[in-house]
Amino acid sequence: MLSWLPEEASNLAGKVDNVLLVVTVVSVFFFLLISVFLVYYALKYRRRSDDDHTPYITGNIVIEVIWTVVPSILLMIFFAWGYIEFVHMKNPPKDATEVNVTARQWMWEFEYYDGKKTINELYVQKDRPVRMIMQSEDVIHSFFVPAFRVKQDVLPGRYTQLWFTPTKAGDFDLFCAEYCGTGHSQMRAVVHVLSPEAFSRWMNKGKGGAEVAEAAELSPRERGKKVYQEKGCSACHSIDGSPVVGPTFKGLYGHKVELESGETVTADENYIRHSVLEPQAQIVKGYQPVMPSFKGKLSDKEITGVIEYIKSLK
Amino acid sequence: MSNGAATETMNVSFYEPKSILSWVLTTDHKRIGLMYLITISTFFLIAGGIAMLMRYELLTPESDFVSPHTYNVLFTLHGSIMVFFFIVPGVAASLGNFLIPLMIGARDVAFPKLNLGSYWIYLVGTIILLAALLQPADTGWTFYTPYSVKTGTDVILITFGVFVLGFSSILTGLNFIVTIHKLRAPGMTWDRLPLFIWSAYATSILQLLATPVVGITLLLLIAERTLDIGFFDPAKGGDPILFQNFFWFYSHPAVYIMVIPAFGIISEIIPVFSRKPIFGYKAIAYSSFAIAIISFFVWMHHMFVSGISQTAAAIFSFLTMLVAIPTAIKVFNWVATLYKGSISLESPMLYALSFIFLFTIGGLTGVYLGTLAVDVPLHDTYFVVAHMHYVMIGGTVFGFFGALHFWYPKWFGKMFNEAVAKLAWFLIFVGFNVTFFPQFFLGVEGMPRRYASYPPQFQTLHEISTYGSWILGLGIFIMTVNLIAGVIGGKKAPQNPYNSLSLEWQVPSPPPHENFHEIPTVTDWTYGYGKKSKTEA
Repeated sequence: MLSWLPEEASNLAGKVDNVLLVVTVVSVFFFLLISVFLVYYALKYRRRSDDDHTPYITGNIVIEVIWTVVPSILLMIFFAWGYIEFVHMKNPPKDATEVNVTARQWMWEFEYYDGKKTINELYVQKDRPVRMIMQSEDVIHSFFVPAFRVKQDVLPGRYTQLWFTPTKAGDFDLFCAEYCGTGHSQMRAVVHVLSPEAFSRWMNKGKGGAEVAEAAELSPRERGKKVYQEKGCSACHSIDGSPVVGPTFKGLYGHKVELESGETVTADENYIRHSVLEPQAQIVKGYQPVMPSFKGKLSDKEITGVIEYIKSLK
Repeated sequence: MSNGAATETMNVSFYEPKSILSWVLTTDHKRIGLMYLITISTFFLIAGGIAMLMRYELLTPESDFVSPHTYNVLFTLHGSIMVFFFIVPGVAASLGNFLIPLMIGARDVAFPKLNLGSYWIYLVGTIILLAALLQPADTGWTFYTPYSVKTGTDVILITFGVFVLGFSSILTGLNFIVTIHKLRAPGMTWDRLPLFIWSAYATSILQLLATPVVGITLLLLIAERTLDIGFFDPAKGGDPILFQNFFWFYSHPAVYIMVIPAFGIISEIIPVFSRKPIFGYKAIAYSSFAIAIISFFVWMHHMFVSGISQTAAAIFSFLTMLVAIPTAIKVFNWVATLYKGSISLESPMLYALSFIFLFTIGGLTGVYLGTLAVDVPLHDTYFVVAHMHYVMIGGTVFGFFGALHFWYPKWFGKMFNEAVAKLAWFLIFVGFNVTFFPQFFLGVEGMPRRYASYPPQFQTLHEISTYGSWILGLGIFIMTVNLIAGVIGGKKAPQNPYNSLSLEWQVPSPPPHENFHEIPTVTDWTYGYGKKSKTEA
């Protein structure tokens, strides 16, 4: 069981794993006890003949009490210990850094204390406690980072929170863990745990710091591809021709598009840019008006990159 | 239907007359039970087929077999059909209907016409479900708001179908409770009742009291979608968590509706195939009631990370531990029954013994989920999927299959091929474990539920699970063919092939319409195996 656990990358992970380990040891013990007696008796007392004599045993009050009391005690221990660690997981330290999380179908948006925003990438500092203040713009989602052993549903109309102190630098999976519709399995993000130096470097990139890392070294098309993969576009737009939630990007550029209004427009640079910033203005016929706006979330450089990438998808 | 002297039809099996009209209008509990059996089994196979499609998609990380939307529809249909059309109504209504009057020494249930009505209501529910397939829902069988309010798929028809179906369960539960109280044969005192009857009674209480809650909850959901009232909409002062509370208030007792009848089945099979009395009769009988009562007080353990308070979480974790205790007691008593028995491993006993093995895994993994700190990473992952399938398949379905094989001679008057039955059991047992045991590890690794596509690190365990599903599917196929072949061309069954002391085995195979020539007078409990003289107690 233990080798299947993700690495322990938060202060809470070890505590959770300890309870898990003890529950496992006790469970395996009882499972083996029951199975061994089951198989042993079934074989040892195999019917020899139709005239086998069997003793008329109907019960034993002492045994009954023992196997009621012993499991009860163990279960109460599990309850108590599970509760104690749970309380710890629910109560963030007062000096925790705060990150505001907005979940929406089907992406994660993070806003940091200085106003910086990122999509699908959460930046936190190693060994610094951080508290997520979370809300949803639509349906129930759930913020789940297996390596940290944390999970909390994210609700509309109400804030929920969770906290952790990352203890290992690196990148960790973040999954949506409450079914939220078509793009649920694609609603994934990455938690970047940075050393204090790397974290302040990232923080000091300025408000436009939502830019994809190494944007300067990539060609616009490569940059656009990275944005497509990491900023939520891929959750709804395919590149192979199949319609998903939104129209496919394959063959889009330069072609005529029929809108819900009946109008026909050409998918040129301005059309794409307009769709990214004001998606509700031009809904493509046959699709739902569910695309969120990326105004303030993608820089002009990134939008240009996306346009170049779409151009390459013939 | 009186419990007095029999009429001239006593020497003719309940299958006569064969006219369709006589079946459509029948009030014979054995026929009604058979009609339920055929219908629920059909739904079981359909929903199982859907699961095979889902598992096929999950062979690879990408959504390359069906689109994500189709996958979401598939798991919604799989869950909804399995829960609402097979496992909740079915096991109690099929086996319960056939067995209860026979086991207590009655000619039929207390309200035979109501019984037929319950079956027809069930059929109306299934017709509504078929209509719902035109634009099938993609919400999951749990219909959580706000998604179930907002989705463009058809939620109203499927939930209305479930609503109608609920009445079938409620009326059947009522019928069984009155039957058990009022129609027991003379001498069939409460302490002599077969344990299947005790479990049927406990299940019926749950059916009667819990089902109305899900009915009303689904009506509220329909009202929310049509009238936009705002019960579950925070912008209007409502709360999406309210839906979860209402839904689980029913759905937790519902899982005990699913499994308590199976407990009763195991308690019947093991003594017969060990030729020993059940060990701890009172403990097993009362534990069914303890489970039923406590089951109403644990529902929030499905909501530990939903946004409930720490106090609520603590209370419900504690109560969840309590419900585990009577369940464990049963398992220990069943194993103790085997001690110094004369054990014969025919197919019913194979299912019963493997039930104990598999349900123990299911039950213990439930303890993981009831432990708060451990539930946090495991909730909504494949760990939960594995747990629920261990209790529902390893538990209920294995119990159901065991019952089908055990009472088959009595119900159909024929025998099936025992060697093929054992082969099928083996494939089902191996296939089931290969399918679902890896899923515990998937869950511990962090693989979320209801994912149409997944990150590549989870692929190996998903592949193993899918191969397991093929073995499981093959086993169920062989079992089904074997049981149907037995009905068509099997050897005629003796009256009591396993030498059971229970009343249903003291009548012909299959029984005549009114069950007993004369209502028996009961002088001892059904587990008097090995009793040498009346002075042993």
